[in-house]
Amino acid sequence: MSTIAPTVARQALRIASRRYPSSAFSRASPRLAAGLGPGRRGYVSETKPANATVNIDTTVKADQKAFFKETGTRPQDATMPTTGLGADAMLSPTAGILKHATIMDEGSRPIYLDMQATTPMDPRVVDAMLPYMTGLYGNPHSRTHAYGWETEKAVEDARAHVADLIGADPKEIIFTSGATESNNMSIKGVARFYKRSGKKNHIITTQTEHKCVLDSARHMQDEGFEVTYLPVQQNGLVDMAQLEAAIRPETCIVSIMTVNNEIGVVQPMAEIGRLCRSKKVFFHTDAAQAVGKIPIDVNKMNCDLMSISGHKIYGPKGIGACYVRRRPRVRLEPLISGGGQERGLRSGTLSPPLAIGFGEAARICKEEMAYDSKRIGALSNRLLDGLLSLEHTTQNGDRERRYEGCVNVSFAYVEGESLLMALKDIALSSGSACTSASLEPSYVLRALGSSDESAHSSIRFGIGRFTTEAEIDYVLKAVKERVTFLRELSPLWELVQEGVDLNTIEWSQH
Amino acid sequence: MSLAHARKGDMPYQVRSLYRSLLRQSNQFAAYNFREYAKRRTHDSFREHQKEGEERRIQELVQKGLKELQMLKRQTVVSQFYQLDRLVVEGGKTGKQKGDEGGIVRQKDTGWD
Repeated sequence: MSTIAPTVARQALRIASRRYPSSAFSRASPRLAAGLGPGRRGYVSETKPANATVNIDTTVKADQKAFFKETGTRPQDATMPTTGLGADAMLSPTAGILKHATIMDEGSRPIYLDMQATTPMDPRVVDAMLPYMTGLYGNPHSRTHAYGWETEKAVEDARAHVADLIGADPKEIIFTSGATESNNMSIKGVARFYKRSGKKNHIITTQTEHKCVLDSARHMQDEGFEVTYLPVQQNGLVDMAQLEAAIRPETCIVSIMTVNNEIGVVQPMAEIGRLCRSKKVFFHTDAAQAVGKIPIDVNKMNCDLMSISGHKIYGPKGIGACYVRRRPRVRLEPLISGGGQERGLRSGTLSPPLAIGFGEAARICKEEMAYDSKRIGALSNRLLDGLLSLEHTTQNGDRERRYEGCVNVSFAYVEGESLLMALKDIALSSGSACTSASLEPSYVLRALGSSDESAHSSIRFGIGRFTTEAEIDYVLKAVKERVTFLRELSPLWELVQEGVDLNTIEWSQH
Repeated sequence: MSLAHARKGDMPYQVRSLYRSLLRQSNQFAAYNFREYAKRRTHDSFREHQKEGEERRIQELVQKGLKELQMLKRQTVVSQFYQLDRLVVEGGKTGKQKGDEGGIVRQKDTGWD
């Protein structure tokens, strides 16, 4: 039996193989067929050098063909293999998170309404920066070759644009890494320099300043300075009489921000400047939120030092400037020592693309300021009217003296963080970005004298150049719906609806 | 000479053609906010200078517009390279009716561009 089986198998194979048309075989290997005669067929293909090599030309052509078939397919047209999902759905990781907040199929990226934290880079700025990121890579401090000269010229033009925006001389602009560095440089630098003479050891600032000013001041306290943190009035403005009373003969610097980053109030800069000048005290202002948004002139404001940030005026992140007055001269000790760039106040090679982008952003801001502020004003009024038409909502900060792009509103009986969670389709914040990680109520709102609850339930809306009416309408609708929803959940809201004054309730301790 | 009778090569024709190309190019931005801003800014600045009469000033503005057009051509390409998903306010991708019945009304503004 064992001998039969292989024979049967061989026979079957032979029968099966006869199905091939003999012509096919003879074409494949005519020499083989001819040599072996009609009765036998080989199952091994002939070896020759051409079979072992890949024909590059045809392979490349085939690849190209396959590639061209795929190009031009947009994500929304392509279907991912095996999943049946559209390619754009696979591309958007946030779609899953926002599934409940939005109607699917309508895009899932949140609306950006946090312009106080940062602004998107204007395409015109990117366009100005790109050449200096690719071909023109010279060091602007190189004086020996053309690469250096062309970059230096562009950087100086940028400096002139920045100076032009604030009414200064280009020589008075020092490029830094951002407003934080400028603030540190101004406060620490001036304080340390004038401490050497031994008399000046007092710094004045306000309670609503940005964290970096407050922290610099606290740091100087460790170095033996006295710091006065001025309180502000309920509308967020500094009381001039209080400021005047606080200035002493040994005061060396007053630091007050122009536009507050959380509530958007504009301080009376001209008056403060005049007061400081008359008392011969240096006046520093953190104008990161003000430059490019409201008209600013350092000579009219009499300010001696000013901090500017690039990424708040639709420029790149990582660049800022410090205005340091030359006449009368302000002297400061540099934080960073080195090669003596930037008048020796801030050594280190500049980043030409960033500086040029910053300059271009400043130029655009100056050119478009009237157009932008008109538009932002209209959008801001639309948003504010809509939000205040809800019951139990209040605006934080002064109603008149404010920068319109910043709208800070408290929604009573709603927890701010939970409202932010509910508004996942809108990028918002309850305060400054630096403190957004903690659940602490905003210290700025506390300084205005608002209660803990009110500070907890406040939200900041930032409107900018690229915000549209459709976005504002979407936000109004979403906020209205979700504030109502969250209030419906709240037992406090029920009590308020019944007319109970919450302050009269004695909560029992558990 | 009225705009309707403008011939190729005339200033009014050039201006209108620049306006159209600026709008067409603005529409190519992948990012919603930039697209809307570019369209709005083009529209508003042409409207702002509608009554401009001085030949020299018109030339200047046309030159500025041409520069902006070149910038738009470059930046729209950059924008298309790095597409992100759409914003929640943007219209539906597939054009299918979603949500409540009659909840979404698709409208087309005519007569703007």
